[in-house]
Amino acid sequence: MAHSEQDVLAGLAEIVNEESGIPASDVTLEKSFTDDLDVDSLTMVSIVVAAEEKFGVKIPDDEVKNLKTVGDAVHFIVAQAA
Amino acid sequence: MGLLDGRRLLVTGVLTDSSIAFEVARLAQLEGASVVLTSFGRALRITEKIAARLPERVPVLELDVTDPTHLDTLVDRLGAHTDRLDGVLHSIGFAPPGALGGNFLSTGWEDVATALQVSAYSLKSLAMAVRPLLVPGSSIVGLDFDATVAWPLYDWMGVAKAALESTARYLARYLGPEEVRVNLVAAGPIRTMAAQGIPGFEGFEGVWGERSPLPWDVTDAGPAARAAVALMSDWFPKTTGEIVHVDGGLHATGA
Ligand SMILES: NC(=O)c1ccc[n+]([C@@H]2O[C@H](COP(=O)([O-])OP(=O)(O)OC[C@H]3O[C@@H](n4cnc5c(N)ncnc54)[C@H](O)[C@@H]3O)[C@@H](O)[C@H]2O)c1
Repeated sequence: MAHSEQDVLAGLAEIVNEESGIPASDVTLEKSFTDDLDVDSLTMVSIVVAAEEKFGVKIPDDEVKNLKTVGDAVHFIVAQAA
Repeated sequence: MGLLDGRRLLVTGVLTDSSIAFEVARLAQLEGASVVLTSFGRALRITEKIAARLPERVPVLELDVTDPTHLDTLVDRLGAHTDRLDGVLHSIGFAPPGALGGNFLSTGWEDVATALQVSAYSLKSLAMAVRPLLVPGSSIVGLDFDATVAWPLYDWMGVAKAALESTARYLARYLGPEEVRVNLVAAGPIRTMAAQGIPGFEGFEGVWGERSPLPWDVTDAGPAARAAVALMSDWFPKTTGEIVHVDGGLHATGA
């Protein structure tokens, strides 16, 4: 199923909020998960698992370290779901 | 007919669907076993979601192997699901960042103690916690990374694996009279979450790419999981205290 970048960002922001309590409005494309949003590795796993379910994609464990910013994750999901 | 028909297993260590334990649980279900998972702390919620990706529904119990209360109440909590165990998978490892990555000479005891407690002593803790449920012929299997040599950057995790190997041999000795087997699967590198936390992991991938007699696939937990399933079946009835290498044969090559 194809998703627009905007939809994915909105959906991901919701997930980040649910999994970490960070306000969804703080979750913007240029933000780094670790440096700006303070997301630790276990929270990142829970975000990834929730995103896989929401968007119907597979994000391998060894891909997670490449998803440094919110934008990286959004682009990966958009490309996977295309 | 499945290899594990009618057998009841406790499987620790499922975090994501790349976890070695996930593949063990999946294959075990396909081979006829009924499975209970454990997870711990903040990982519990993740494991519950991932558990839904297994072929059959499974309960997920909370178990931090360093928490005496969790260990002491495990049998009672398992009671709602099973009255015996035929197999237990220990698929747990952790070392604090300071114990890995080239810091070997300056790692403090606190970090080393954590690595040893979570990764090695926990095999004994887990075995003792479930001992009342283990029936004759049952099998405990742990996940190992060959600890006969010193690897680059693996550091105190390597020491913890050496301790795990020895712990498995002593457990085999003490539990043998009860007809409980204890064995390890020494796996080659597989890209799991735990592997992401190992600084020299890419180096291992290179070593296996160059030296493993059998071609090695770092994205496939299947071979290690199949060995664990086989060891939990009744096809290794007189094997205990053993380390089965599922590493493409790398341990047997010099260079
Ligand atoms: N991935 C590899 O390359 C590789 C190779 C050989 C052996 N192993 C071993 O396989 C086992 C499983 O690791 P994996 O690679 O599947 O990674 P993983 O990250 O999927 O699994 C590690 C598990 O340990 C659990 N854990 C950590 N601390 C715990 C505690 N206090 N109580 C209970 N559980 C705890 C985590 O929740 C997680 O489920 C580990 O023992 C690891 O050392 C892995």
